[in-house]
Amino acid sequence: MPKDELKTSFKWIGTRPDRPDGLDKVTGRARYGADFSLPNMLHAAVVRSPHAHARIKKIDASKALALDGVKAVVTRADLPTGLSGEDLNLQDNTLAGDVALYDGHAVAAVAATSALLAKDAAKLIEVEYEVLPHVIDVDDAFRADAPVIRPGLADHSVPKGAPGNVTRYIEFGHGDVAAGFAEADLVREETYKTEATHQGYIEPHACVGQMGADGKGEMWVCTQGQWYVRRMCAAVLGTEASQLRVTPSEIGGGFGGKTTIFMEPLALALSRKAGGRPVKLVMSRSEVLRATGPTASASMDVKIGMKKDGRITAGTVSFRMQGGAFPGMSPIGEALPCAFACYDMPNVHHEAYEVLANRPKAAAYRAPGSPMAAFAVESLVDEMSRELGLDPIDVRLTNGAKEGTKSSYGPKFNQIGLVETLEAAKAHPNYAAPLGPNQGRGVASGFWFNHGGETSVSVAIGEDGTVQVSVGTPDIGGSRASIALMTAETFGIDYDDVRVNVVETGALGVNEPTHGSRATHSNGKAMYEAAGQAIRELCKRAAADWGIDAEAVEWADGAAQPAGPNAGKFPPMSLREIAGKMGSTGGPISGHHEITMGGVGASFGTHVVDVEVDPETGRTTILRYLVVQDAGRAIHPAYVEGQYQGGAAQGIGWALNESYIYGKDGRLQNTVFLDYRIPVASDLPMIDTVIVEVPNPGHPYGVRGVGETGITPPLPAIASAVAAATGVRLRELPMSPPKVLAAIKARG
Amino acid sequence: MRYHTPATFEAAAALAAEASGVTRFLAGGTDVLVQLRAGMVTPDDLIDLKKIDGVKTMARTKDGGWQIGVAVSGAELGANAALVADWPGVVEGMELVGSTQVQGRATLVGNLCNGSPAADSVPGLVAAGATVTVTGPSGSREVPVGEIPAGPGKTALKKGEVISGVTLPPRGKNGGDAYLRFIPRTEMDIAVVGCAVNLRLDGDKIAEARVVLGAVAPTVIVVPEAAKAIIGTTLDDAALEKLAQAASAACKPIDDKRGTVAFRTDVAGVLARRAAKIAYDRAKGAK
Repeated sequence: MPKDELKTSFKWIGTRPDRPDGLDKVTGRARYGADFSLPNMLHAAVVRSPHAHARIKKIDASKALALDGVKAVVTRADLPTGLSGEDLNLQDNTLAGDVALYDGHAVAAVAATSALLAKDAAKLIEVEYEVLPHVIDVDDAFRADAPVIRPGLADHSVPKGAPGNVTRYIEFGHGDVAAGFAEADLVREETYKTEATHQGYIEPHACVGQMGADGKGEMWVCTQGQWYVRRMCAAVLGTEASQLRVTPSEIGGGFGGKTTIFMEPLALALSRKAGGRPVKLVMSRSEVLRATGPTASASMDVKIGMKKDGRITAGTVSFRMQGGAFPGMSPIGEALPCAFACYDMPNVHHEAYEVLANRPKAAAYRAPGSPMAAFAVESLVDEMSRELGLDPIDVRLTNGAKEGTKSSYGPKFNQIGLVETLEAAKAHPNYAAPLGPNQGRGVASGFWFNHGGETSVSVAIGEDGTVQVSVGTPDIGGSRASIALMTAETFGIDYDDVRVNVVETGALGVNEPTHGSRATHSNGKAMYEAAGQAIRELCKRAAADWGIDAEAVEWADGAAQPAGPNAGKFPPMSLREIAGKMGSTGGPISGHHEITMGGVGASFGTHVVDVEVDPETGRTTILRYLVVQDAGRAIHPAYVEGQYQGGAAQGIGWALNESYIYGKDGRLQNTVFLDYRIPVASDLPMIDTVIVEVPNPGHPYGVRGVGETGITPPLPAIASAVAAATGVRLRELPMSPPKVLAAIKARG
Repeated sequence: MRYHTPATFEAAAALAAEASGVTRFLAGGTDVLVQLRAGMVTPDDLIDLKKIDGVKTMARTKDGGWQIGVAVSGAELGANAALVADWPGVVEGMELVGSTQVQGRATLVGNLCNGSPAADSVPGLVAAGATVTVTGPSGSREVPVGEIPAGPGKTALKKGEVISGVTLPPRGKNGGDAYLRFIPRTEMDIAVVGCAVNLRLDGDKIAEARVVLGAVAPTVIVVPEAAKAIIGTTLDDAALEKLAQAASAACKPIDDKRGTVAFRTDVAGVLARRAAKIAYDRAKGAK
């Protein structure tokens, strides 16, 4: 919709009421994945490969099956054959075929009458392996002499002569980069590297699955997308999607990692084999870290040309990314367009190779690909700004993408708010705060596309005039609150008179998961249209009561009103009044809307971070942290701020300490949170936030989506702050104390 | 698994002596239960010591030292102002173990008997000259804390032996101790390097000192050369530098997921310097 039609004053939007799910969560009443239980339920355990790469020569479950109380064992032989593409990937990851592809790869699963018995039975399943050569590191996997772990999976895009583990190649750009570099006063080229990180959601994967011999089933599961679970399980098991009903639980974090499946088909396959008894499967933290989706690791070359005044004349990137042992899982397709998205690039070229390695199948993680790309490009922009003696925010303002800019990946940007975030960051007191010895400041910007996607929403009026909204997107970040606020605004009723339910797959048409920062954006639009449909019906009922044309009635302040003096003189008829008699005036009143949501508004952010580095231990302390980001419109500002802070916190962990630590044997060594070091609360200062609002013209309330951009700038911002504090630039993450200390000592 | 609640340490020792499989003593349970849940150790006999009289008490001894029961938690140590005033380094080491919740259960003896080279409470105990009472089939004996660790996950306790108490010596006058550890985060982590320093002053000069390192060798190590470097000095810069060099030189660390040889060796010296300064200031009366 044109921007001058966007409303700018609201009763509910922009307020900060308690979230509707808050009381249940703080009192422990909320039901998470592992809280579901059914009568006659079995418990499952999974047998996992202890090898990074091994041929499975034999699986003998006879000792396990001989135990009293063991009801079923499944192996790959229980799954259908003939799958292809991502369905085959999912099946290969659910249970290894001939070859186990990473440490922790599921090989068999067992269901028994208790969880302890299932664990004991799993230990009795004997698997004979032939260990094969493995490769873990992305650069090692890219070498011409690396063991080729899955020959024959390269698609048509891969150039001839590429190393054997390459499965995909992407290349695009515009302008003339050679001419651009020739025009530059300073050309620099560097290589950067990021480790894989896990989403680190606090709730491990958990489900209860039930399926009969007829292929009809039910599942209760912790997921970001119940329809994805339905489709993926049906594909892996060879059953029909609509015969499986999937109900999502409350969710203790997902960050993209729960937009796919890992062990869910095992619960259904075991149930089917155990006479249809429900099967519960709950992962331990170690299973989560060994076998569920981390993000990709990346090795990245960047080259930038810059004039003395900071104007960028050309840029190129060449990335290598591994997303595990499964083709198509690395986010090269997202990383490349994000690389230079913050800049007006006259001449730009991108290329990227996807490389397979013996690591778990990567899943989405908050702006997949963008944080790595930002680490490479924003770090180099900072290095060059310093070399030229320029303020890093000014350099970004000089080159910043704005409305009408041809983006680095092709299309022209609509109305966007990058420049506004840069100006707000520059004006913020944090940017002028004095720094002491061993302290340094870093700045970086970041970008995420945001996503719309398939959305189906119903709105139903209750007999008492309250409103129920049914959505298909699990609430991972406060979306029930934001949807309730938009619903209250649209109907002109109180926030407390709205209940938003996240419903099961039987209750709505297909919904994409809560991903791509889409929940508030897409549901807001679909709810707005569905509410409009209900409001038209409400007006019609009032018109019938008054004996005037429906067109002569309008909806305002939560009531039907005559539309102007010619319509007649009637007192407003409230929603409650119409609802109270709807049974006798034509039946239930509801609205429904389905859309593949477009109108996406990209979100840009700029972060400013101050660190102090202990020169004797290399330990980095975050002193101050500022997130400035364009929300379009902040429907519930407290939860928008929460998203900004959460993205920053995860980025801080990625930058400083998180990493997958593999032994020479290819086994993951840090499989618990003790050694997979996400930041603890005391590691972080209160993260300051500034919400910039440049409304998205593609949305009735101007929403852009705010969940993902916040994880993009921290990696380079912190690297630049550490460089400012120590005089050494770290181009490889994490910037753990041993690495920083070694760099300081090497500097002398 | 058999769960036992003996009423005396002698009974506990007898149970352990007779047990044929995997045996674990249970006090706070912050290691035993975690290992059990993780499938690392499944004891055949689990001997709970918490029903034994006196395991939750701590009291000053006649000579002015401290007697601490084996089930006294870190939080209880920290809440005992007189103990903290005497042995702040011992208490701060214990208080670094785990989270607030873990502090409500975790014990000095549990931390010692878990056998981790990185145990945070052990260097402070060794530096303080603490002893433990070992009760076994042939009676009880006093053993210096430093003689208990025998390597990662191992102790010098023999089958049928159980630690029945901890004794800290009298603090005496002009003394101070301190413990520092290095972790990449601020809490909820395992020491990459730990260092305790206990010293006594005669005027401004250090008269006695003990420097103890954790997480840089298979067991906690006492570094006499490091102590020698500061005895007789006022902890001037030259003494601190010698202290650091001696501490680093004593390290026999490994490369692992928590740190490198080079890093641990460097940081041991840094921590020794910093801990010595704190202990010195405390000996001077700083709070």
